[in-house]
Amino acid sequence: MSRSMLLLSQLLVAVVALALWQFLTTVPVFGKILLPPFFFSNPVDVGSQIVKWFSSGVIWKHLIITLWESILAFVIGSIAGVLVGFWFARQPRVAAVFDPYVKMINALPRVVLAPIFTLWLGLGIWSKVALGVTLVFFIVFFNVYQGVKEVSNTVLDNGRMLGMNERQLMRHVYWPSALSWMFSSLHTSVGFAVVGAVVGEYLGSAAGLGYLIQQAEGVFDVAGVFAGMFVLSAFVILIDMGVTVVERRLLVWRPATAEGRG
Amino acid sequence: MADTAQPTAVALGDATVAFRVAGDRVYTAVEKANLSVAHGEFVAIVGPTGCGKSTLLNVAAGLLKPASGSVKIFDQPLTGLNREAGYLFQADALFPWKTAIDNVAIGLEIKGAPREQALQRAQAWLTSVGLGAFANRYPHMLSGGQRKRVGLAQVLIRDPKILLMDEPFGPLDAQTRQIMGNLLLELWNADRKAVLFVTHDLEEAIALADRVVIMSAGPSARIIGDWRVKLPRPRDISEVRMEKDFHELHREIWGVLKDEVMKGYVQSTQAAGVG
Repeated sequence: MSRSMLLLSQLLVAVVALALWQFLTTVPVFGKILLPPFFFSNPVDVGSQIVKWFSSGVIWKHLIITLWESILAFVIGSIAGVLVGFWFARQPRVAAVFDPYVKMINALPRVVLAPIFTLWLGLGIWSKVALGVTLVFFIVFFNVYQGVKEVSNTVLDNGRMLGMNERQLMRHVYWPSALSWMFSSLHTSVGFAVVGAVVGEYLGSAAGLGYLIQQAEGVFDVAGVFAGMFVLSAFVILIDMGVTVVERRLLVWRPATAEGRG
Repeated sequence: MADTAQPTAVALGDATVAFRVAGDRVYTAVEKANLSVAHGEFVAIVGPTGCGKSTLLNVAAGLLKPASGSVKIFDQPLTGLNREAGYLFQADALFPWKTAIDNVAIGLEIKGAPREQALQRAQAWLTSVGLGAFANRYPHMLSGGQRKRVGLAQVLIRDPKILLMDEPFGPLDAQTRQIMGNLLLELWNADRKAVLFVTHDLEEAIALADRVVIMSAGPSARIIGDWRVKLPRPRDISEVRMEKDFHELHREIWGVLKDEVMKGYVQSTQAAGVG
């Protein structure tokens, strides 16, 4: 399929889905509207809600808050994950002691931590950041741990024979290997940072996209809920595109066939 | 070729290498190996699969400690890693996250050479292994033969006095092996380092080396033969194989090696049956 043809087909799917949605919510079929607008709204209302948000500028504040929370969650979670991953991989005894607890905390559905974080950190951004951190941390941690442990022995021996000391091995062998694993899970960890932020906002906050959706839901404004969802997915897609650009730069040395891990 | 005024580059005296396997059982890989490589001498070790050739090389490199016996490098007992040696591994050992030129330059950089200077020297070395135009490629963008060339440059840029090579051209196709062999001889001819070259290919060993050492099948492999190769240098790998002396020596060594190869084969099939 040619590129333009593919694009056209993709566009067609959107048009058909929207048309169907509009049709079923506004035109009676056999004297009955199949999708009651109260529950399903309709594309025109959702669209005008989005336009209203952007033209009045209210949306920017929420977008920026969510973006900021996601960035903080990602950065803090990643740094902690890299440090602890490195530490555990280089100290097998420490890793063995903490292993059951790491598994236990990771097994916990993170949403249940949200109320605790809200209690501890209040309704501001930090309770959302904390939730995002607990999600990002484990992805980065496991990847870095794996990355350090699975450094090829031949490459390590080569480094030693070339005269590297422990510090230089760290810098030229362990570190790049660990980072490559971390970067290959970049999409997942960035995605989870956003999830943490939005879920946190949804469960209790005063600003952000999750807050916007939750507010609309509270007054049965279905158009607002859908509009929030659309803005949110566009937001995530944009971030993801940014991640792809960063990833291409950072992982140029990787064979193209290697798929992301994590 | 040996220069008698110089101390012996590598000397293994009754070196026995053993590994602890499953509980108290001990697997003896190499038993009482005596081997010396003179300064500037090219020695090839040939033996059946799994006979501990690489083990012996790792002992000379200091990556493995022998259970008993002595290892001397230029008459000094070896403690820790062998700092005089460069090691060319059988498997891919390049740093995949570094470009070809960075892979070569790293040997100088970790010694504290300024980056500019290291890169310059690395570029010169890449050119001398025929990869001058590939400096900015990452290892995965290079062919197997090209990666070996980078590996060779990576080792040689540090100018080690001893070169240890573990079936370095093993994974390459026959033509590339010949080309790499000639390249190796050409580079070696320039400054005649002591070389310990492990291979399972007897023809390659005779074509390259001054001496061919034969090991018996493992476990408890021993050195069972030592031949001097009197073919004139400089040699061309593909032409030297046509010579009469080459054939005679090959027949002579193969007579000894053949039995060991068969023993090694039988053992490997039995081991497979048990395990």
